[in-house]
Amino acid sequence: MPPTIRTPGRRGDPPATATAHDVPDRAGHAPANAHPPVADPAVRLSGATLRFGQRALWDGLTLDVAAGEFLAVLGPNGAGKTSLLKVLLGLHRLSAGTVTVCGHTPHRGSAHVGYIPQQKAFDPDLPLRGRDLVGLGRDGHRWGVAPLWRGRRNRVDQAIAAVGAAGYADTPVGLLSGGEQQRLRIAQALLTDPAVLLCDEPLLSLDPHHQHAVSNLIDTRRRAAGTAVVFVTHEVNPILPLVDRILYLVAGRWAIGTPGEIMTGETLSALYGTDIDVVRVRGRIVVVGAPDAAHAEPGRGHHHPAGHDHAPAET
Amino acid sequence: MGLDFYLHQPFAQHALAAGTLVAVITGLVGPFVVTRGAAFAVHGTAELSFTGAAAGLLIANDPVTGALLGSLVVATAIGLLGARQRERDSAIGVILAFGLGAGVYLLSHYHGFATEATNILFGQIFGVSNRQLLLLLGVACLVAVTMAVLYRPLLFASVDPDVAQARGVPTRAVGVAFLYVLALTVTEAAQIVGTLLVLSLAITPAAAAGRLSARPATVTALSVTFALVAADGGLLASLQTNVKASVLVSTISFALYLGARLAGTTLRTRRRPHHPAHPRRARPG
Repeated sequence: MPPTIRTPGRRGDPPATATAHDVPDRAGHAPANAHPPVADPAVRLSGATLRFGQRALWDGLTLDVAAGEFLAVLGPNGAGKTSLLKVLLGLHRLSAGTVTVCGHTPHRGSAHVGYIPQQKAFDPDLPLRGRDLVGLGRDGHRWGVAPLWRGRRNRVDQAIAAVGAAGYADTPVGLLSGGEQQRLRIAQALLTDPAVLLCDEPLLSLDPHHQHAVSNLIDTRRRAAGTAVVFVTHEVNPILPLVDRILYLVAGRWAIGTPGEIMTGETLSALYGTDIDVVRVRGRIVVVGAPDAAHAEPGRGHHHPAGHDHAPAET
Repeated sequence: MGLDFYLHQPFAQHALAAGTLVAVITGLVGPFVVTRGAAFAVHGTAELSFTGAAAGLLIANDPVTGALLGSLVVATAIGLLGARQRERDSAIGVILAFGLGAGVYLLSHYHGFATEATNILFGQIFGVSNRQLLLLLGVACLVAVTMAVLYRPLLFASVDPDVAQARGVPTRAVGVAFLYVLALTVTEAAQIVGTLLVLSLAITPAAAAGRLSARPATVTALSVTFALVAADGGLLASLQTNVKASVLVSTISFALYLGARLAGTTLRTRRRPHHPAHPRRARPG
């Protein structure tokens, strides 16, 4: 089944569509021409366009993410992957089109949405323990001081235990390793019991062992609770076994489909507008020839045509 | 004359009451000054309260009201000019330089007692009037209530701004609100220890507390306690020794910090390495 590839048309033109079907025939999905399902999809984008000035990050983006689906969002730097998350968080407004999360327009602080950022360097002196970081995910946006009632503490303890972080929850966050910090991030994001989990490069700068552990925690959650996962990454290999569909963004163009449909030389060449080879070696995908940035600067000749190796091998 | 005698004098009672008020609010605000890296904002608003006080002195012969109103102007200016951290420090420097110049000009037109001017710089704790005490009390209550309301989102925005924003915290508005709270607090502290020594109440107790605990509530409680010990202890010691109160306040504060550092070296080291094979990694770039 060929993937949907859309290129940005001029404003008002119907976008060029290679194959017109918005909902792939994945098990658990309604067929494209059936009646719409009763339950709202976790995420629905319809003709969604985001422009900064004249530049369209993406144009006419149309897709549904079902409950429990794992969607990976790939693309070069500057393609608008993180901006897509910000739209779903209600922090950016679409220039055109509509977006809903659980049937509602996204708004700041929605309990429907959990957010896992990339690992960051906390100051070793920062007076904040792991459990404080987790607790802020539950009610840090509310005014006033944190209540001391036992129920809150129990919920935080449960969330910490569920990600196996009980052993270091009382350690200052600045002294935690990247893998430990990201486990706590998952606990933090899951405290509100969200229906959609937005992940912004959560595996970046983790070693393969911790990449595996962290992505498995996310996978376990979505299978157990039917949480939809929108996972922004520049390395698809560590999560390849978990991914249902890939949304690939390049300079205003986008494609969506299963990994087998998207990670092909044909699809990526069409997206980038240049010859791309996709090589499969020992179960991982290597993309050869893709420019690093969405907008290669003419004259600089910095195309890095070397292999875009997506991850260290799992051994 | 013994301490007992002084404690029955209104001037000493006023001074202790004012010192206690100021210690509580600086102790509350201090941990956020440390986590937000806002030490320069404290220093800047403190020095600029000199300008406000000089203007108040010149216009209405009332330096305290002048300093409090001036601090709100300064907080607004910093908030407007400096949105980002790096930008903010240079914005404070710019405002500080201009504001001090204006203060010197204003003071050159003041022909009252010269001690009024030095009191602004080094504190005038034993000259607190009933009216000033009421003003200090009102502002302290305002600061304490605002801090209680802001506490959680401010903590979130200070330690984890990206996720705080994603979770719906209006991080920019919270930061600006904190600037106003900070400016009022610093101006009040300047009445006790003087503009030049404000850091000894607004930063040192919180920095000491941060060496002893990583639990935000404990850090706040310790910070308030240390500020109280330094402010009231300094005042009481000053009554008995004839050394200026601000000198003793800053000395006690510094001694507490040194003690906390010594005690804290053992507390803050991690008990055990969790994954010896995977040392902590810095984020690339």
